Amino acid sequence: MAQIDRDTLLDIYTRTMKVNRTDEKFRELLMGGKVAVMYYCVRGQELVSAAAMAALEKDDYVVCTYRGQGEQTAKGIPMEKWWGECLGKATGTCKGKGGTMHITDPETGIMVTTGVVGSGLPIANGLAMASQNNGDGRVTLVSFGDGAANIGGFHEAMNMAQLYKLPVVFLCQNNRYGEHTAYADHTDSPNIASRAAGYGMPGVTVDGNDVNQIYPAVKEAVDRARRGEGPTLVEAMCYRMMGHFFGSDFSYMPPEHIAEMKAEDPLPKLRKVMLEHQFTEEELDAIVADIDAQINAAVEHALAAPLPDTDEIYRDVLEETA
Amino acid sequence: MAQITMTQALNLAIDEAMADDPGVFCLGEDVSAKQGGGVFKVTQGLTEKYGEHRIRATPISETAIIGAAVGAALAGQRPIAEIMLMNFVGVCMDQIVNHAAKLRFMSGGQTPCPMVIRTTTGVGVGFGGQHSDMLEAWFAHVAGIHVVTPSNPADARGLMRASIDANDPVIFIENILCYGLKAEDPGPGYRVPLGKAAIAREGSDISIITYGRTVLDALSVADDLAKEGISVEVIDLRTIAPYDEATVLASVRKTGRALTLHEAVRPFGTGAEIAANIQEKCWDSLKGPVRRIGGTFSAVPFASHLEQAWIPQKSDIVAQIKASVGKH
Repeated sequence: MAQIDRDTLLDIYTRTMKVNRTDEKFRELLMGGKVAVMYYCVRGQELVSAAAMAALEKDDYVVCTYRGQGEQTAKGIPMEKWWGECLGKATGTCKGKGGTMHITDPETGIMVTTGVVGSGLPIANGLAMASQNNGDGRVTLVSFGDGAANIGGFHEAMNMAQLYKLPVVFLCQNNRYGEHTAYADHTDSPNIASRAAGYGMPGVTVDGNDVNQIYPAVKEAVDRARRGEGPTLVEAMCYRMMGHFFGSDFSYMPPEHIAEMKAEDPLPKLRKVMLEHQFTEEELDAIVADIDAQINAAVEHALAAPLPDTDEIYRDVLEETA
Repeated sequence: MAQITMTQALNLAIDEAMADDPGVFCLGEDVSAKQGGGVFKVTQGLTEKYGEHRIRATPISETAIIGAAVGAALAGQRPIAEIMLMNFVGVCMDQIVNHAAKLRFMSGGQTPCPMVIRTTTGVGVGFGGQHSDMLEAWFAHVAGIHVVTPSNPADARGLMRASIDANDPVIFIENILCYGLKAEDPGPGYRVPLGKAAIAREGSDISIITYGRTVLDALSVADDLAKEGISVEVIDLRTIAPYDEATVLASVRKTGRALTLHEAVRPFGTGAEIAANIQEKCWDSLKGPVRRIGGTFSAVPFASHLEQAWIPQKSDIVAQIKASVGKH
């Protein structure tokens, strides 16, 4: 595959570290008892979402899942708004009415974050259908896990997308677990990407811990969609290094496998690639320090922000026409 | 003015909306010309005018159909999705309930979901248990959706147009037995606002609150009872949820008696909610308990005499009214 240029690498690195530092900060706040909300940790999957978002244009659409922090922050939701929503504040993207599992920010292209496994794929088709109908050239990327590949909606959506040649990219983040069930206990086929053939669609499995594999694969799928050639299923092999949600028991994850997968950690691998491209340790550290400063400021802002007015429970149910 | 059937009324409303707004498009199983313009022919002739991109025949994939409608609506289009028969909405309930209905609220108002879900149903055509249910109560129980059903061709035209205009999801229920009804065409641009009931017949002794095909039964019974000196007011809700509470309560305050009537099964039906609300808010005006008539609490049977016995009978309506007004 083609070499990634330096600017793109820097962009991917910055997005990856934004995802990682946001995740670290969230866990710090939860561990410290500063906040008590549902949070679906993305440790181990940072690079997949960062590389995928880097392959999109600013106005492309994204549909993600409750484990969508990576897509949301890497696509560029302003940090203050993002933290505000996660902490249930009036300043959040959704006025505190969506929460960690339902982040929406159309300005950034994050159109739906769904808490229902697999339900994003059919909706992504619709966003792509709208783009096809009005010829706006946008691509829709939908991110989901390996567990989602087993609901009916996955199959219906894949078939329909290929039938209409919709400009959509199906990005399966195969993190080896569907909630608390290991891949081998929920699926007996060797991978998810091979299912694409059943719909007449290209499908590719890549190492989601290797920037030189994940970025070119998503970029090619995005370019293909934008050329009007239809959807692609990209399966990024990665590893969810923690339990299904923060604080949940993960004794079902064999420690030896966790240790083995730590050797595949995308962050040191990415750093190595950056150094190979003559970025210096100091430059890379400075990027992280800058991100940390931004995150800390955003968290302070969100913690101090007002709660939504109680009347919000009556608003936005239906259009207010009175 | 020309006479039109309900099928033609719906077709005209969709045609007109598609002509006015390029963002309006239809999708569903068998809807395009190649498949005959829909099983009930509502979209007949539209493919020739608007092409296969705007009259999209889909695979048999209800979840994908509604999901696509949701996504397109989020992107600013106005999809009209057809679920061929109402019983099949069970297949795509997640997309309707968790997504279409809630995305406006959960996004803090950022992503309204303007889409129409057309669906058909009705008892009396011998379709049996899996093609005949009226399931409006499922949707009336979920905040964020309009539930609409017309009882005549003019309302069908006006309600469909208003549903396509609406900036929220609408479940539009078409009763198969009403497709052939004929009435005067109200003409282009006609709209019946959502959430407004019609007083289909004025009366002073009792209010029947109903919608859809059973409006016809209520009107027929009202005609018969008028000869016996009983004056029945018939309220056609037209929009089942959120319904026109003001018109219902005003009518009941006037007549002092109320009967809810629908084809859907009686237990936990919309009639139960309306009856409870009337009793809370019109207690001082009521001369007796609010009565309820609904379908039999079983699956809809196939054999025609069983199916007929399953549906609320006009004789039941007469008996309940007479019991209510105290004339036997």
